[in-house]
Amino acid sequence: MTSPTPIRGTMIATTDLRRTFKTRGGPVEAVAGVDLRVEGGEIFGFLGPNGAGKTTTLRMLATLITPTAGEATVAGADLRRQPQLVRQRIGYVPQGGSTDPAETGRGELVLQGRLYGMNRGAAEARAAEILAVLDLEAAADRKTGTYSGGMRRRLDVGLGIVHRPQVLFLDEPTTGLDPQARARMWEEIQRLRDGGTTVFLTTHYLEEADALCDRLAIIDHGRIVAEGTSDQLKQKVAGDVVTIGVDGAAASVLSLVESLPFVREASHDADGGFVRLYVDRGETAVPHLLRSLDAAGLAPTSIALNKPSLDDVFLRQTGRSLREEAA
Amino acid sequence: MTANAVATPLIRPDDIERSPRMRTIRDTWLIFHRSLVLTIRQPVWIIFGIMYPVLYLVLFGPLLNGAISQAGAGVSAYNWFVPGLLVQIALFGTAFGGFGLIAELRYGVVERMRVTPMSRTAMLLGRSLRDVVILLTQALIMTVLAIPFGLHIDPAGIALTFAVLALVALVVAPLSYSAALILKSEDAFAPLVQGVVMPLLLLSGILLPMALAPDWLRFLSSINPLTHAVDAARALFNSDWASPEIGLGVAITGALAVAAVWIASRTFSRANA
Repeated sequence: MTSPTPIRGTMIATTDLRRTFKTRGGPVEAVAGVDLRVEGGEIFGFLGPNGAGKTTTLRMLATLITPTAGEATVAGADLRRQPQLVRQRIGYVPQGGSTDPAETGRGELVLQGRLYGMNRGAAEARAAEILAVLDLEAAADRKTGTYSGGMRRRLDVGLGIVHRPQVLFLDEPTTGLDPQARARMWEEIQRLRDGGTTVFLTTHYLEEADALCDRLAIIDHGRIVAEGTSDQLKQKVAGDVVTIGVDGAAASVLSLVESLPFVREASHDADGGFVRLYVDRGETAVPHLLRSLDAAGLAPTSIALNKPSLDDVFLRQTGRSLREEAA
Repeated sequence: MTANAVATPLIRPDDIERSPRMRTIRDTWLIFHRSLVLTIRQPVWIIFGIMYPVLYLVLFGPLLNGAISQAGAGVSAYNWFVPGLLVQIALFGTAFGGFGLIAELRYGVVERMRVTPMSRTAMLLGRSLRDVVILLTQALIMTVLAIPFGLHIDPAGIALTFAVLALVALVVAPLSYSAALILKSEDAFAPLVQGVVMPLLLLSGILLPMALAPDWLRFLSSINPLTHAVDAARALFNSDWASPEIGLGVAITGALAVAAVWIASRTFSRANA
């Protein structure tokens, strides 16, 4: 199709997208009604623990699996009625790699270009261009089996952008990469965004969602529990986070702090090692807290004051910590 | 410089709006070419594929002289035995083709291709035709190796026998790929293939003439489609043009090839496979 789809404007819109899998234990709703809007030219992050439905949603939007229910428009094409058009306009980089270890980087890129309809000359030119941009020229004619993890991941991304897609889906693009390769990948993703590509990525790294994504949605058990910019999401937590190490006395500390007027909300973690509470002004709250604990004969093992993180957002929405989930 | 300036359309409209049929032919060629190149980079597999048939030729063939004349096959032992061995290569070599596809599934190569607009049928046909080419190469090596044992050859007969072998491969390869696509694991795939291929082989009369068999076994053999492919291959290889087995074998194998390609092509097209 030649009809140019505007780069700006909504790139992905879903309405009540659902996917149920049949398992031995009965049907499991992996994605339980997802409504999303992703605007053109942004990096949109899908943050959630493993098994939250991130990959399933991504695979539906990339035409790999059919939604059980719901509608979606991707890059201006209807997901159900025009899957071929969606395929022409999107790129998809799967989680576990996408290359044959016996093929060369250049060989994979040229084939991919040709599968997207380019003639040999155009595919070779585009492959050379991508190898240069992704700094893979020196390894271009080596088998991908000899590549480092970071190189292979860059090649995966290169395969996803051969046809200059309007939307690029990246499933956990930095999982398993060392810090250096991860920073490198972030740069590539930002560069793609700056070139006009809309990037939709999944991650379970809080730092990645925070630093890389223009906007994000937090997903848990197949449902979106929060959506917005990182700052917007953190503002929802409202206030500062105080974490008190309690060493077994979680219940008594919790009942004490819950009775204090300036504590908005409090909870303890699963092991009873920490009590976490939200206060409006941490600097003034901490001395009060210490005095009250002291008066009650409770000795905290530690006390920490933090600005809210995305993990606090997740914790507040789901009652669980993403860090614990990821660990 | 950006990796991905969206403004420049790289794919010309005529590339995309080819007729689906042209698209399938083009994509089939692309997949055929890729998989053939990757196979040739590891030629050990081509040799490995004919190792067992060569062992049969060398260590089992000499035993056959007596049995063949007893069963009244009408041709020399090797002219009776070699066409059967060629069908055996066609059966075994291609039946295990699914292993390669399972590896590609694991590498993520298949999924990467599924998100492109490429023809799903081409994913099947490209690989199956690669199997046909590898098979014919192996069959040629095998035939040449058998000449010193006393095999008489007729070029026309060999060419037509090879056509039957290609048909057998086009039955077996698509079914192997569908099974691999559905099972997705070597642990499930290997026993299935063994369980199907061994009875087919034993009942086909490749190793010994079915004329030696008791009636019940001969009946089972007669309903094994592979038996008819073997009989047709034997008749063609020995230029026995008047044999009714030729028409029967080609018709059965051809019909099965059409059915197998159709079934497998549906498996590849299913969105969630």
